[in-house]
Amino acid sequence: MSLSHYYGQFINLLAAILLLLSFAMLGQRRILSLINLFMAQGAVLCASTVVVALTTGQSHLYWSALITLVLKVFLLPWILHRLIRRLNVKWDVETLINIPTTMLIGIVLVIFSFNLALPISELAGTVTRSLLGIAMACVLLAFLMMITRSKAVPQVIGFLSMENGLFFAATSATYGMPMVVELGIALDVLVGTIILGVFFFQIREKFESLDIRHLEQLKED
Amino acid sequence: MEFASAILLQVLELVLALLVAPLLTGWVNQCRAWLQNRSAPSLWLPYRQLAKLFEKEVVLAHNASGLFRAAPYFIFACMVLASAIVPTLSTDLPFGPAADVIALVGIFALARIFIALAGMDVGTSFGTLGARREMLIGFLAEPALLMVFFTASLISHSTSLSTIVETFAHREFAIHPSLAFAGVAFTMVSLAENARVPIDNPTTHLELTMIHEAMILEYSGRHLALIEWAATLKMYVYSCLGLALFFPWGIPQGALLSNLLIALPSLAVKLGVGGFLLAVIETASAKMRIFRAPEFLGTAFMMAVLGMLVHLLLETGK
Repeated sequence: MSLSHYYGQFINLLAAILLLLSFAMLGQRRILSLINLFMAQGAVLCASTVVVALTTGQSHLYWSALITLVLKVFLLPWILHRLIRRLNVKWDVETLINIPTTMLIGIVLVIFSFNLALPISELAGTVTRSLLGIAMACVLLAFLMMITRSKAVPQVIGFLSMENGLFFAATSATYGMPMVVELGIALDVLVGTIILGVFFFQIREKFESLDIRHLEQLKED
Repeated sequence: MEFASAILLQVLELVLALLVAPLLTGWVNQCRAWLQNRSAPSLWLPYRQLAKLFEKEVVLAHNASGLFRAAPYFIFACMVLASAIVPTLSTDLPFGPAADVIALVGIFALARIFIALAGMDVGTSFGTLGARREMLIGFLAEPALLMVFFTASLISHSTSLSTIVETFAHREFAIHPSLAFAGVAFTMVSLAENARVPIDNPTTHLELTMIHEAMILEYSGRHLALIEWAATLKMYVYSCLGLALFFPWGIPQGALLSNLLIALPSLAVKLGVGGFLLAVIETASAKMRIFRAPEFLGTAFMMAVLGMLVHLLLETGK
């Protein structure tokens, strides 16, 4: 049994942890823990990128791992922590559907994406081909989180977690994107978070609440 | 010769379980006291309590039926049987083929039914309340436990505990991501089943929040001692199950007495660390409202199902 075989198994383990963290985020009630979970997800993502880089010997993946580490483990959580401190929103997250039901829908989504990814991954020839299903499940779970949360901050965290899933899909299916694309996406996410942070203040100033259901009304009554 | 030493090991394992189980409870209590900055009770306190209770006379309610008097013996017998099945000192035990993991869940269920019936027997409101809560938690925890076992069985292609442990400990080493999910689920289930903190507080004196304690309020003397001893045994069996499924290294394969030199120290170290981690979990978390328990155990069930799904996706067809 060669060392690269263990690398493959280790990536599988990291992928499973990523899925676990996605579910934990789905079931989390507090914004602070949500940010910490997002941080953990970034760390796992960074580790998995490093392992893929070690297995395949693609040196540019080290750079993308470094970007992930700086951006998703340190910078974005710091911005989010600062935001919620200044917005003073440490309250429990309000969900549109109760959490056990959300979890059940989540399982259905996982089964769906595993089934969907199975024929695709059989076509692929990379070491990490079976991870596509997990990456897709992470993306769909983040989608679900964005749909079921009614407050703005958890929605943004859902958006960022979706980007994590996409990034994982990119590293697992195609050994990463070109450096320019990766840098572009990283900047996009960073700028997006900053702009959304400004939006939070605007939304709260307008409606005195961060509940985005207020945005659905076109007229003031 | 081989058979005789296997029998000897089996007896040794049983005696060890009976003797060590209160010690494990004492160790967890001691760790908890340390972590909470209290002065720790003696490690031998559970033994002294058992000895004290065995000496006291039994006080029975007027309307207590035969079931009430028989239940402690049944519960104790169930737990002794369970501790004989779980491999701790060797995987090659004469009792091993007697029951697989599914039967083991059945044994736990039998004990639970007896304790719930005994709780309702005298007709006090607290007993009934505790019994109902216990059944609620039991019916949520059992499917999750079964799913954890199914994940392990899918990997090792067998539901027999001995075979599962042999596969994990003595075949070539492999990382199983599905076991990570199963491990989380198993931890949650065993917290709930052993009446530990997020679900039930073992040291509570407030009857309204009790689950396990509420059912045994009417017991006294040797009956209570047997039930307490069975509770410590249950915790020991669950710990050994967790160790056998997720950290099986150090459980020897053959039924040789010389293997005890490896098996005993490794078991002691693993139980010590496990007990300390249990105390950490209990100190770090607060007791949940009873209505949150379904959510907690639902999450455990979901984790176990996810473990199976991940196994089917990642670990098959390679």
